[in-house]
Amino acid sequence: MTATIAPPTTPAAEPVPVVEQARGPRRWLAVLGILGGWLVLFVIFRGRATLELAPAQLTGLHRWFNDVNDTIGANRNSNPIFLYFFNEIRLVIDNFVTGIQYLIAQPVPGRGVPLIGWLGVVAIAGYVSWVFGNARVAILAIAGFVFFGLQGLWEESMDTLALTAAAVIIALLIGIPLGIGAGMSRRMNRVITPVLDFMQIMPTFVYLAPLTLFFLIGPASATIATLIYAMPPAIRITAHAIASVPGNSREAADSLGATRGQTLVKVLLPMAKRTIVVGINQCIMAALAMVTICALIDAPGLGKTVIKALQTLDVGTAFNAGLAIVIMAIVLDRVTTAAGDRAGKQLRHVGEPSWASRRRKPLLAVGGVVTLVFVYLSYTYIWAAEFPIDWNIGPWISRTTTDITLWIQDNLSVITNDLRDSFTRVFLNPFEALLTESPWWLMCAVILAFAYVVGSLRAAVVSAICLVLLLGTGLWNDAMTTLASTLVATVIVMVVGVLMGVWMGRSRGADRVIRPVLDAAQVMPPFVYLVPFVALFGPSRFTAIVAAFVYAAPIVIKIVTDGIRGVSPTTVEAATASGAGRWQTISKVQLPMSSQSLTLATNQGLIYVLAMVVVGGLVGAGALGYDVVAGFSQGQLFGKGLAAGLAIVLLGIMLDRITQAAARRTGRTAS
Amino acid sequence: MRKQKLRTTVLLATVSLVLAGCGGAKVGEDSGGGGGGGGDTAECGDFNIAINPWVGYEADAAVVAYVAEKNLGCNVTKKDLKEEVAWQGFGTGEVDVVLENWGHDDLKKKYIDDQKTAVRVGSTGNTGTIGWYVPPWMAEKYPDITDYKNLNKYADMFKTSESGGKGQLLDGDPSFVTNDAALVKNLNLNFKVVYAGSETALIQSFRQAEKDKKPMIGYFYEPQWFMLEVKLVHVKLPEYKAGCDADAEKVACDYPPYDLDKIASKKFMDADGPAAQLVKNFEWTNDDQNLVAKYIAVDKMSAEDAAEKWVKDNQSKVDAWLPKS
Repeated sequence: MTATIAPPTTPAAEPVPVVEQARGPRRWLAVLGILGGWLVLFVIFRGRATLELAPAQLTGLHRWFNDVNDTIGANRNSNPIFLYFFNEIRLVIDNFVTGIQYLIAQPVPGRGVPLIGWLGVVAIAGYVSWVFGNARVAILAIAGFVFFGLQGLWEESMDTLALTAAAVIIALLIGIPLGIGAGMSRRMNRVITPVLDFMQIMPTFVYLAPLTLFFLIGPASATIATLIYAMPPAIRITAHAIASVPGNSREAADSLGATRGQTLVKVLLPMAKRTIVVGINQCIMAALAMVTICALIDAPGLGKTVIKALQTLDVGTAFNAGLAIVIMAIVLDRVTTAAGDRAGKQLRHVGEPSWASRRRKPLLAVGGVVTLVFVYLSYTYIWAAEFPIDWNIGPWISRTTTDITLWIQDNLSVITNDLRDSFTRVFLNPFEALLTESPWWLMCAVILAFAYVVGSLRAAVVSAICLVLLLGTGLWNDAMTTLASTLVATVIVMVVGVLMGVWMGRSRGADRVIRPVLDAAQVMPPFVYLVPFVALFGPSRFTAIVAAFVYAAPIVIKIVTDGIRGVSPTTVEAATASGAGRWQTISKVQLPMSSQSLTLATNQGLIYVLAMVVVGGLVGAGALGYDVVAGFSQGQLFGKGLAAGLAIVLLGIMLDRITQAAARRTGRTAS
Repeated sequence: MRKQKLRTTVLLATVSLVLAGCGGAKVGEDSGGGGGGGGDTAECGDFNIAINPWVGYEADAAVVAYVAEKNLGCNVTKKDLKEEVAWQGFGTGEVDVVLENWGHDDLKKKYIDDQKTAVRVGSTGNTGTIGWYVPPWMAEKYPDITDYKNLNKYADMFKTSESGGKGQLLDGDPSFVTNDAALVKNLNLNFKVVYAGSETALIQSFRQAEKDKKPMIGYFYEPQWFMLEVKLVHVKLPEYKAGCDADAEKVACDYPPYDLDKIASKKFMDADGPAAQLVKNFEWTNDDQNLVAKYIAVDKMSAEDAAEKWVKDNQSKVDAWLPKS
């Protein structure tokens, strides 16, 4: 199994309120009541107090953000905080990254090649995968790394690997201790959660330019941008792992008189090890998602190839580089997952080693020697240092992709345009009108009512705070447009996700075939498929929804699959034995029993769709996504872009809290 | 026993590999990389060129970098950066020059007038045009469409799912200044501006419109490599007169012609090294740039190869840029 399933964005360790609130049917009545009231008021007040703001218009807040940014820029060279704080951080990180780059990626001055050549890196990748994982993932790692060379992208891939490794190492150094802290103290967890939400949802475009102001153009800025996005999963999952160690294990340690530190080192960490590895895995995946964006501030690697290719609309070349990112992600995912399994197994079989593990040690020693020899060879000889150019199949991959894309564009664009037009007319436009043309106070009332009825009082309070701040950003109307597209996209993602998830949950064969496709869809940089999507659907909100679907559907499918599989086989057998047909088994047994997974899937679906808002802005979705992109591109719109980024964060936190509250409630009614 | 055998095999394999390896060339013996370089290197030193993300810019940078490396022996670093980030780099000393600047009066005010970290280095010789364009098939079929006065007549044709019942005017990359929303309003056009959000989306839309003979009107600019693939036709707006775009809300005239210019770090220009003199002297025509852009974008040559080809064919132009000494 792959561990690309993200955990709930907040560990589900919240205390459950004792009061039992409105139950199923009554809740649905309330929802219908809200909808009815909304429609009536909408008809009466349509188009009033919608708080629209033209694309070039700014509010006082936006101008203030601009001024702050300008002031920082102007005082950069004289300010002691810059001279003695940010510059020091930058120096340390720059040297760290450059060190790794010289090791495997960038030519060392005087040598013309990195210290370790391709043969050495491949050998190390294989050996490390074998030591921490198993022989199968070692072969996968070797094959994957050799493939980078065959694609003609060895140096670019190593640059990306070096930067990702640097960011992940720093993220873990900071993240794991923080996660342990948050896992042991509920208060700290509560303080840290909104910060993590902020780091994960705030679009990178917003802080990319300011980052270069603080840390200059270079490896440090790229590394920091990456780790801002990649650290939260590591912290969250570590906290979750520590918090979910069974209480009796701790009590046992306490009763033996262990100190807090001893309990942590001897009990909590070993028992949480397996889940912490999942955190590392998610940290790596998130870091790889930043590869293309960081290329905009001169981060070397595959991202640059993608961006450059896009300037000339060269889909083939962009795809070739995207494919390398996908392969790197899959290799790293499988290896860390195998490492997690090994960590789990070690925990279970303490004591007598099996036959296989007895033979493993001498074999590992031999492997280590071979690896060292290869590393030496790649240090010394050119043939082992530079990947042979004659083996390049990159151009072939590019050409084939270009041909396929052109064929699809030529033959499908008629159908796709009709699809877009009817979908937009029937679903998107009416729904968007409902959200954007309702007065702001009506929308606020509706959202709060939903938050209370579907979620909880607490969710409603958080929503109220978010709504007030959202009004403050001055981008209310844009936020509602984005919210409309987000919700529509989430509905589609859920419909398809549940269908596919049920299928994959019931059929191992389907799972085996589809899962790699899902992995690819999750890590392929969206920039790669923007061109064909625009060709098929034109620049439109629908295109943005399709792009969001590609990115968000995999996580939903994976969670639903996991949930369906989690239903105990005996229950399913009992249902089949009592004469239930296949559809009855699914609809009456498997789906209801995995309702908690379904709500978790909705939650993650929403967050992932929201993560694509900015990409949507690049293909004609307008609204908040466009505001962010424009803010990144034009100095005088910086403040507005920042405000739009904040609005996206607020929408994200609000939707997250409401769906999580709903998930907890469903969990309670189901059990 | 088995273990022994395995170990021997691995050992043998390793040894044979090592032996095989001995035949190859050693690292450092003839690596063409950083080690080489003539006495010029010391004189010119490091030269950091920002590369803004469009092909025309890359063409300028490719040629300047090529000449700086081959003729002046500079140690050139190209940095891929968006405009705003590149200008920030003047102050932090990480960027020496921006080779093709489109207007950006806000950045000029901020970095040249206020922070005094950047200076103007004069024109690249290229003229930039911004405006509204239609695909060639439309100009052929509806010859009068190239005058804005007739646009309302055709507005219905341009309707899309995004334009709310009006004609769609597609805007592109947010990096470029646009007055289109104001223009549509002030010229009383029955159009709505839709923001494609990226140059990529804009070009792909024009390409598709020309291929499928679909109606489209949008914001575009030249010099741009895509013009070599599809020669878009400029739609005339009321003529530009100095000052007619002073009030962004009330603009009712075409975009001004842009004199594309070079901006450099003040420190870099004050030092007046060979690279700075090259930047000062660098000047060419739109056709020159288009040719190099075509090598890169259409013929898929690398920036270095494209520059080399152009420099070989235009040695006299290049000679005029070199520092006199």
